[in-house]
Amino acid sequence: MDAGMIWEWIIKSIFLILFMTGGFAYVTLLERRVLARMQVRIGPNRVGKFGLLQPIADAVKLIFKEELIPAGADKLMFIVAPVITVIPALIITGVIPWGTSINLFGREIALSIANVNVGVLYIMAVTSISVYGITLAGWSSNNKYAMFGGLRSTAQMISYELALGLSLVGPILLAGSMNVMDIVQAQKTLPFALLQPAGFIVYFMATLAEINRAPFDMPEAEQELTAGYHTEYSSMKFALFFMAEYIKMIAVAMIGSTMFLGGFQGPFVDQLPWLGPVYLFGKVIVWLFVDIWIRATLPRIRYDKLMALGWKVMYPIALLNVFITGILVVLTTKR
Amino acid sequence: MLQAYLPLLILLVFAVLIGFLVVAIGHVFGPKRPTARKAAPYESGMVPYGPGTRRISVRYYLVAVLFILFDIETIFFLLWAVVLRDLGVFGLVEMFLFMGTLAVGLIYAWKKGALEWE
Amino acid sequence: MTTLQIVFLIIAAITLVSACLVVMTRKIMHAALWLVLSLMGVAMVYATLQSGFYAVVQVLVYIGAISTLIIFAVMMTRNVMEDVGPQSNRGWGLALVGSLILFAGTSAILLTWDKAQTVLQEIPAVNGENIQMLGLALVDPMGFLIPFEVASVLLLAALVAAIFLTADIKRSRS
Repeated sequence: MDAGMIWEWIIKSIFLILFMTGGFAYVTLLERRVLARMQVRIGPNRVGKFGLLQPIADAVKLIFKEELIPAGADKLMFIVAPVITVIPALIITGVIPWGTSINLFGREIALSIANVNVGVLYIMAVTSISVYGITLAGWSSNNKYAMFGGLRSTAQMISYELALGLSLVGPILLAGSMNVMDIVQAQKTLPFALLQPAGFIVYFMATLAEINRAPFDMPEAEQELTAGYHTEYSSMKFALFFMAEYIKMIAVAMIGSTMFLGGFQGPFVDQLPWLGPVYLFGKVIVWLFVDIWIRATLPRIRYDKLMALGWKVMYPIALLNVFITGILVVLTTKR
Repeated sequence: MLQAYLPLLILLVFAVLIGFLVVAIGHVFGPKRPTARKAAPYESGMVPYGPGTRRISVRYYLVAVLFILFDIETIFFLLWAVVLRDLGVFGLVEMFLFMGTLAVGLIYAWKKGALEWE
Repeated sequence: MTTLQIVFLIIAAITLVSACLVVMTRKIMHAALWLVLSLMGVAMVYATLQSGFYAVVQVLVYIGAISTLIIFAVMMTRNVMEDVGPQSNRGWGLALVGSLILFAGTSAILLTWDKAQTVLQEIPAVNGENIQMLGLALVDPMGFLIPFEVASVLLLAALVAAIFLTADIKRSRS
């Protein structure tokens, strides 16, 4: 291991984090513009060309807002909770390959931060720690709305995490590996979404619940919970929750594209490795657009129905999908 | 070995740094003029009633227990999925026994009403 | 020192300090959080020991599932979450001396005993450990098939017990 390797990792890490935070800023803009168009409005278009500087204006505004810490709050945890929320969102895409490798400055640079053997398990593990920030934010605020919002979100997330984990078993069965790179290579001819339609749909719905997006956006159930776990947050701490939500949106789109839609695979990607990231982002943007479309279309689901859907519909379907895929994989394997 | 996991550790360190950096920026630049009224927990404009944190329903605990059990099952599934091609029918039958036992558990939980929210 | 040693020392320090804070903090919720950090340190130690699988399973099960359960359990208990009494009893000095002696003795044995002087072996595998071998051992009748199937029965028993306890509370209330 030489110093060059370590510098390469450091640069790649910083690049990924900057990419995700920059992506967050422009996904908020995309969402506001697309939602506005769907509701026959125009949306923010005044700050910069097409409103392109709007996210920067929002960030500057939030920086100069007053920080409030409610009386009786657990100060340390109140400050740490948003940070804990954003960390998993930033690190979860560390195992996703953006392409094979490119030659830059006479160095062969792999287009992924880490190529670990347990890639899919890493994704699940990081997903499972993302509930902490939300529980703690709710608990430390000393506010009833925040507490119940946080609790509901946590219960919702752990319920849908099971279906999410099982939906990822399908691609692993087909690829015979937990390495994310191997799973992408196995989709050279056919994306797994076509072989695993049920798994794909379960993954899509479970991730909507996992990142608390519409129609499963419990924290934003204003009628009953005000603003859920971030009721008491203001200034940049509120921005961190917002950032975590949108970065998670990008991250699950990226993971889903990699596991089910062929990741960076596309025409001519073998000859021109630079096309890999382009294909991946094309798929991610389409995914994000569908997320926003769903938010504009579907009403929020009631909490007891939400939990029932997770446990009584999605989990059995995912289990059945694993069962059938297992049988088919064994039958089609030539021995 | 470190070749595989050190990049993830570096990424984690930078993620922690950026998180605290953002909080620090807000702390440095934001005005701080607290008053007792401002610091009161938000309760739709009413004077806060009772403590903010109270005991939660046992339902949440039950969900967490069920989650642990099925989560462990998922880990076994992932491990099994990697080698199913080499195992063939034998591996399939073994997993169906395992899956069947837990499916019984799920049905039991369902019938007992552990999955109901009222 | 190699990079591995530096990383290990940092991780070990984080793990031990947070483990001490678990028993020293007065707020039970803070104790649960320090426990999470300590478990995270253990996961990282697994990663340095070339066992990425156990590292992620440690995070997934202990931090993702069991610590969530602990936090829910804390929230479910009575409202008094701060202890007012002293955090240590009078014998803490004696216990400190005793554990220091034990630590010195163990270190001395490990440093002199030649069986403990083994070099960290590279496991022949691509990146990290070989998942395939682990998976095959799990469902091999000569390997861990019986424990694996018994594990499902154990999980079922735990599930029945949990439902029995909580469903009973509901019945008596209504």
